[in-house]
Amino acid sequence: MTEAKSKIAERQVNESKKPILEIKNLKISFNGKAVLTDTSLTLNEGENLVVLGKSGTGKSVLIKCVVGLLIPDAGTIKVFDTDMTSLNKKQFSQMRQKIGFLFQNGALYDSMTIKQNLEFPLVRLMKDLSKKERESKIVTALENVGLPDVLNKMPSELSGGQRKRVSLARTIIVDPLIMLYDEPTTGLDPVTSDEISQLINDIQKQLKTSSIIITHDLRCAQQTADRIMMLDEGVIHMEGTMEEFEKSDDPLVNAFFNANIN
Amino acid sequence: MEKVKRVAKAIPRIRDATIHSVKKLSDKTLHKKEEASNFLTDFANAILFVNLVIKETFSREFEFKEFLRQCYMIGNKTLPLISVTGAIMGLVLTIQSRPVLVEFGAESMLPGMVAISLIREMGPVITALIFAGKIGSGMGAELGSMKVTEQIDAMEVSSTNPIRFLVVTRALAATLMLPILVLYADALGILGSWAAANIKGDVTLSLFFRQAFGSIGFIDLIPAIIKTFLFGAVIGFVGTYKGYNAGRGTESVGVAANSAVVLGSLLVLVVDMIAVQITDMFV
Ligand SMILES: Nc1ncnc2c1ncn2[C@@H]1O[C@H](COP(=O)(O)OP(=O)(O)O)[C@@H](O)[C@H]1O
Ligand SMILES: [Mg+2]
Repeated sequence: MTEAKSKIAERQVNESKKPILEIKNLKISFNGKAVLTDTSLTLNEGENLVVLGKSGTGKSVLIKCVVGLLIPDAGTIKVFDTDMTSLNKKQFSQMRQKIGFLFQNGALYDSMTIKQNLEFPLVRLMKDLSKKERESKIVTALENVGLPDVLNKMPSELSGGQRKRVSLARTIIVDPLIMLYDEPTTGLDPVTSDEISQLINDIQKQLKTSSIIITHDLRCAQQTADRIMMLDEGVIHMEGTMEEFEKSDDPLVNAFFNANIN
Repeated sequence: MEKVKRVAKAIPRIRDATIHSVKKLSDKTLHKKEEASNFLTDFANAILFVNLVIKETFSREFEFKEFLRQCYMIGNKTLPLISVTGAIMGLVLTIQSRPVLVEFGAESMLPGMVAISLIREMGPVITALIFAGKIGSGMGAELGSMKVTEQIDAMEVSSTNPIRFLVVTRALAATLMLPILVLYADALGILGSWAAANIKGDVTLSLFFRQAFGSIGFIDLIPAIIKTFLFGAVIGFVGTYKGYNAGRGTESVGVAANSAVVLGSLLVLVVDMIAVQITDMFV
């Protein structure tokens, strides 16, 4: 409860802040099937924005468009006032360092050790670092996610929760300003799930990141959200705070909340 | 009157049946058309893929470390298998052909004959087929699962070109490693042949090798080596193409691995057929 209250207080501070990521009228379809029809959202500096929605509504597609993994058919994506679609390759690469993406199942490189996994983005996105600086960054990143002793293990030796943490470490290691989380707690047990939610809040505070958290896990939304949006049928169906969603008599929102409680 | 009524009653039924069968027919042809266009788009995609890979191969940022690692992995994974198959090839070839040669009093031609058939045909083709089974399927499965678990996306987000890092390195490693492995298999084949010849007769190893290599000419060796580079490239391209373009579900990993072997092996034989024709024109 105190956690929730402090979130509300933070939100009120956040409201005065400026937008850091703006998505406008995004459209994308696959093989003639429209997935996003007209999606717009704004992420403000320093906030945790949760995007709720059923499976298969295009939540992952939405954030994949932001990092250029998918190219939208129409619409604009502005990050720090730069239109991502207007950038050339080199500029895009520089922007990528500022946007961290946590993949749904971690996407750790199976054939590499944890250390090599963490080195990968460092070597490629922060080319000027010395070997010593790299090592210290790796150690710090692993400490930040509470997993100091796994450097020489292979991903297959870790549990689901540990893999998520390592993956999170690999994402924050290049000091991103925006974090995109794709279902960070899906497939985890409730305790581990809470720990990951806590970690998301810690990262928000310590690294001063602004985040979009994609989820269909209400518990995770409750613990991390400053603001919530609900995606349905390719458009943002509703936007508001957790309290507003809980009080809402919108049938779709109700269905979602009741199904989750049961 | 009764008749007319019956006919009138039957008309809608006939009409429905006709519509139904026409619809069925058009559905079928549509399906065929779709299949044909699927094949064409697949073919076009493969050409685009090869084009892209070749372009990336000559880009400035070549992933040299990953390339070396792939070469090492290929050698490491296939060496035992290829040693065994190489030796067996020589052994079997010798045991099969020795009685005939003895009958004609031409036993001294045995080493030369075995060496030529190993180097020109059996060594390259059988090694390549084993290579397709081991390395081609491995590439299909590895890249396929990297695709499904979003590891390829993760690389791209780290500003790493996955074609350059994953595909170019593997395709090139396969192209360069297969010829080396084939030469190695040839050598072991000749060794196996000597062992088999020694079961019945009595030849020293050095004499056997002298006789074997004495009969190998330029025209035996060079086309065979060029051919194996092509085999390696074909297997590398097919394996990476199938893996890299795997679908989004888990089941597509198996599909990718399987079709990498099937198509890879088939193309090896096709390339071999063409290569034999071309070599034939120059002899
Ligand atoms: N790369 C792709 N190619 C084709 N279809 C895709 C692709 N990515 C997503 N889709 C389709 O888009 C829809 C939304 O997918 P997704 O964003 O993953 O849903 P979710 O909201 O569960 O994250 C699904 O129907 C999916 O099949
Ligand atoms: Mg998803």
